[in-house]
Formats: sequence, structure tokens, C-alpha cells
Amino acid sequence: MDTFLQQLVNGLTAGSVYAVVALGYTMVYGIIQLINFAHGEVVMIGAMVAFTVINALAPTGLSPLAVVLVGTACAIPVCMLVGYSMERLAYRPLRSAPRLAPLITAIGVSILLQHLAMLVWSRNVLAFPQIIDNTSYTLGGASITNVQLAIIAVCVALMGGLALLVYRTQLGTAMRATAQNPHVAGLMGVDVNRVIAATFVIGAALGAVAGVLYGTYYGVAQYTMGSILGLKAFSAAVLGGIGNIPGAMLGGVLLGLVEALGAGYIGDLSDLCAYGWIADLMGEQCEAGHFILFGSNYQDVFAFLVLILVLVFRPSGLLGERVGDRA
Amino acid sequence: MKTPHRLWLGTALIGLTLLALPFALAYAGTAWVRIANFAILYILLALGLNIVVGFAGLLDLGYVAFYAVGAYTYALLASPHFDLHLPFWVIVPIGAALAAFFGLLLGAPTLKLRGDYLAIVTLGFGEIVRIFLNNLSRPVNITNGPQGVTGIDPFRIDGFDFAQYQTLLGLQFSGPIKYYYLLLAVVIAVIVINLRLQNSRIGRAWEAIREDEIAASAMGINTRNVKLLAFAMGASFGGLAGGMFSAMQAFISPESFVLVESIMVVSMVVLGGMGNVWGVILGALLLSFVPEILRWTVQPLQEALLGRQLVDPEVIRMLIFGLALVLVMLFRPAGLLPSAVRKRELTGQAA
Repeated sequence: MDTFLQQLVNGLTAGSVYAVVALGYTMVYGIIQLINFAHGEVVMIGAMVAFTVINALAPTGLSPLAVVLVGTACAIPVCMLVGYSMERLAYRPLRSAPRLAPLITAIGVSILLQHLAMLVWSRNVLAFPQIIDNTSYTLGGASITNVQLAIIAVCVALMGGLALLVYRTQLGTAMRATAQNPHVAGLMGVDVNRVIAATFVIGAALGAVAGVLYGTYYGVAQYTMGSILGLKAFSAAVLGGIGNIPGAMLGGVLLGLVEALGAGYIGDLSDLCAYGWIADLMGEQCEAGHFILFGSNYQDVFAFLVLILVLVFRPSGLLGERVGDRA
Repeated sequence: MKTPHRLWLGTALIGLTLLALPFALAYAGTAWVRIANFAILYILLALGLNIVVGFAGLLDLGYVAFYAVGAYTYALLASPHFDLHLPFWVIVPIGAALAAFFGLLLGAPTLKLRGDYLAIVTLGFGEIVRIFLNNLSRPVNITNGPQGVTGIDPFRIDGFDFAQYQTLLGLQFSGPIKYYYLLLAVVIAVIVINLRLQNSRIGRAWEAIREDEIAASAMGINTRNVKLLAFAMGASFGGLAGGMFSAMQAFISPESFVLVESIMVVSMVVLGGMGNVWGVILGALLLSFVPEILRWTVQPLQEALLGRQLVDPEVIRMLIFGLALVLVMLFRPAGLLPSAVRKRELTGQAA
């Protein structure tokens, strides 16, 4: 039970970050049906910029909260600029091209950003300085740190803010209209280009914050962190139903939980010696105790398995309309 | 207008150049022969992927998984790891067949997905295969984990060992040079197969599916089977290349089968011209040789100008791949040497 609660807490923390990153994928997909492959790299750049600033400010003795806030405040505009430029330079010219073309471009942008980041920050891992005192609170057998609480709180706030923006403001209405039909939205006086650019910029800003949170949670940031995080977040977006904003939030949290619980239990579940008749068959090999087929090092597999299973059995995701087989 | 006479002359000239090339390269250093071998290996991979991406129009970002299957099949069946030393002409076909099987395994549940979803699923598949290779060292040691498999047998026929230095007919053949000829023979066979495939019944079916799946099935094409066939065939070429890679390197580890490799092969296909065999070959050659040439020029240049190495050649290589993908899509979406049909499609006239 303790493992269960603990993994629930861990999964919720990671999942809320996935959800915020997934929003970036889903918003862009909803509006121009493009899998923005490079979104994971935007998140990475956010984390790298913030870590650089945080490391520079750490010795000044400012309060940890202020340091992290300044770091994030520096990361957001950088990421917004990156998001805007990739839309403007790489995706906009291809908007009416067949869909393979922008997808391949997105892969190219992703490689470019990743290796430009490597030029700037080298291959080395940037570590989060020891400035935050980790306090743990016990919650019915599981412990939750103040960092985890802060991450969950920030993610919830971001998702709430985005929901307000999309469903309560004029820009949000324009975004939804463009997602439904860009041509008609244009006729209704929506500046489609501006709305699409805004979508990229907002997604990038969310990504920047998510990057800082993710980096803070794991304590490290590196130029390669974007690709796997991006893939997981994309899986989360697909799980929830790509193009669907509440779906991305749900998908992110669910994916985090699946991953954490999966990693927590796969070892026990695949321990052949735990099953009586197999243990009998194995005989002496089980006398030593365990014969674990899959350990927690298979954690990263879960996201992909979820992705494949969802796409095969319910391509529309949990909350989305059916889009998986539209030609 | 080419007359048959001139065509033969051209072919003969190219053939002679290709035959003499390794000795010319050996003058510059054995490293260059190896680079040429890798270029041929990439041509093999790119041609295999071209069947999937170029002919059938299915974007596969996990192609390296099939390469890995071929390589590991060879490595495990011909190395001290399991103390098995089967001859290569047994294992390489097994590797190719196993890769084809994996292609079916991946293709069967995913082929009804739309293009961009398929791309992501294949990417996930590639990562899963790599994670398994990395971790299948416990509890039973199958792949030896991140350390990889060492001491893999070279190709050997009776006494003729491809890894050994030998003097034949007064010419000195080093290991890489022998592999060069072997690879050349294989790649020529694969090119011929590809060219023949393109205009075969299957090739035309692939093209029809790529252009319009609904119309294709209305014409009586069994789209599912034909797409699966593309996946399996493409994968089997990947497996073949993997087996040769394994034997040539004598060492493999999961490091060689990362996502970047898949993307590299995709870049080659896209840059050269999806669906056009000659274009794909050009793409593979360009993206294999240009980074190497840069490695040999940029580095000394940097050291001469700045006194130290500022930019890692590996980074330059990746930046070139990224830029190539973006620029090609922006300015020449059908690639450097486009196939006629593909050009029409990608420039948007018939979308």
C-alpha cells in the first residue's frame, strides 16, 4: 500500500508536467494538424536557459524562490521567441503542403535546436544547485516533498490559466474558430496567421515553465532531455485525444500514473519466483530469491506502449473525436 | 538522347571507377575505405527505407530497429557470447527474415493509422527495441546490455577471411577493401531489385496507395497486405545491412541503434528524393561523405584559425542533417533528384 501511494504521488508530479508539455502539442495539432516534433526541444531550451540563470544567481544568496522565478522569467521569453521563429520560418511556408512535408521539417527543426543547444551548453549535464531545502510531508504512508507540491500546484494553475484563455477570451475564441475551420475563421475577421503564431508562442511559454519544473524535479538538465520528454508528452496528448485541451491534461496525469505505477510494480509482477508453479519449475534458480524478468529500467517503455495501444484500439483518445484514420 | 552504345560505355566507366576506388582511397588512408564502406551500408539502409517511405509513402522513424535486429541476430549467432559460430550465409538470411518479421509485427497493428501517427508509433517502436537491447542482460544475459557484443566473427568462406590482409593477383587486399567489394556486390543487387520492384505490379500498387489509398482499394488492391509487404521488405533490407554492419565492425552495442540513426536514414531518403532510387543513392552518398569531408577540413581550419577546436565535427554533422531536412522541405520538397510522380505530389499540384 505504501508503494502504491508513493508511486501515486510520484506519478502525479511527473504526470502534471507531462500534461503541461502535452498542451503544447495538442494546441498546435488542434489548430494546424501538425505534430510539432520540436516542442520537446523548446522545453529543453527552457530548462537550459533557466538552469544557466539559476546557477549564476545561486551564489548571490537570494531566496531560492526568487532565483527560480527569475530563471523561469528568463526562460519564457527565449522559448516564446524560439516557438515564434520556428512557426514563422519553418512551418508557415508549408502550411498548404502535403502533411508529410511539415512533419519532416519538424524533425529537422528538432535536430537543429537540439544541436544548437549542444553548441551553446556543451554535452555536459547542468545540475540544479543545492538551494532548496527539501521538506517532506507524510501523507498516509507516502511522503511528498515541498518541491513536488509546488510542481503540482504550478501545473494546475497553468492548466487553469490556459483553460480561461481558451474558453473565456477573444483570442481563445479565435483559436477555437481557427481550429474548426481556418478559412471560415478568416472570413469572420480572425487574423489566422496571428492566431496560429499565438498558439505556438503560448505553447512554447508553457513548455518553458514545464522545462524548469521537470529539471527542478529531477535536478538535472541536458541537451538531450527534450526528445524523450517530448515523446512522452506527445503520447499523453494522444492518450487524451489529440487536439483536445482537457484531454491533454487528463492524458498527461494518466500517463504519469501509469508510468510510476508500472515502474513500481513491474519488478514484482514479472518476478517468476512469485508464482508458485513457475517457481517449482525453476527449482533451484528461485532458491536465491527472485528471478525478475523486467525491472524498473523498463520505465520508458510504458509511454510508448500506451501510445501504441491507444492508437491501435482507440485512435481518438479518451476525450477526442475520431481522427486517427482520417486520410 | 543516350544511345545504347554510350550507355554501355558509361556503365563500364562507372564500373571501373567503382572497382578501382578502394585502392585510390587506400592511398588517402584505410579510414577512407571504411568511410566508403559505411556510405555503401547507408545506401543499403536508405534503399530499404525508400521502399517504405518513398514507394509506399509510409513515414517510418523507427527503421533503425530492423537494422538492430539484423545486427544482433548476426552478433549473437556468430560470436563468443553464446559460443555459436554459424556461417554468415546462414545467419544473414535469418537476420533479414527476422527483421521482416519484426516489420510485420510493427506494421500489422499500425498500418491503418494516418501518416503522422504512423511516424510517431514507429519512432516509439524503435525506442522500445533499443531499450530492450539495453536491458536484456538480466536476469538471463541475452544482449549483454550496454556493453554490447564483442569479438563478432567476420565473414568467412572456408579459408577466405574477410577481415584478414591478403595479397591476391599481386594486389594487396586489406580487410576493409574486401568488405568494400562484398558490399558493392550486395548494393548493386539491391539497386537492381529496387529498380525492378518500382515498375512491378507491387511497385505500382505501392505508388497507387501512396497517391490515394481509397482509390487504390477501389481498383482491387489489397491495401493492407501490400502495405505490410512494403514494411516487411524494407525491414529485410535493414536486417541485411545490420548483419553486414555487425560482421564489419566485430563489435555492436545499443549505442549504434539510436533514434538519430533512423533520422539520418530518413534525411538521406528525403534529401535525395523520396521514391527515386538514384536520388536516394545520391542522398546517402552526400550525407555520408560531406560530414566526413567537413571533419577533415573544418577541424584543422578551426585549429589553425582559433588555435582550438570550437565546434565538434559530430555537431556539424547533425546540424547539416537538420538543416538539410528543413531546407529541402522548404525549397525543394521532392528532393535533389525527384521522382516524377513524387514531385507532382509534393509540390502540391495534385494534393
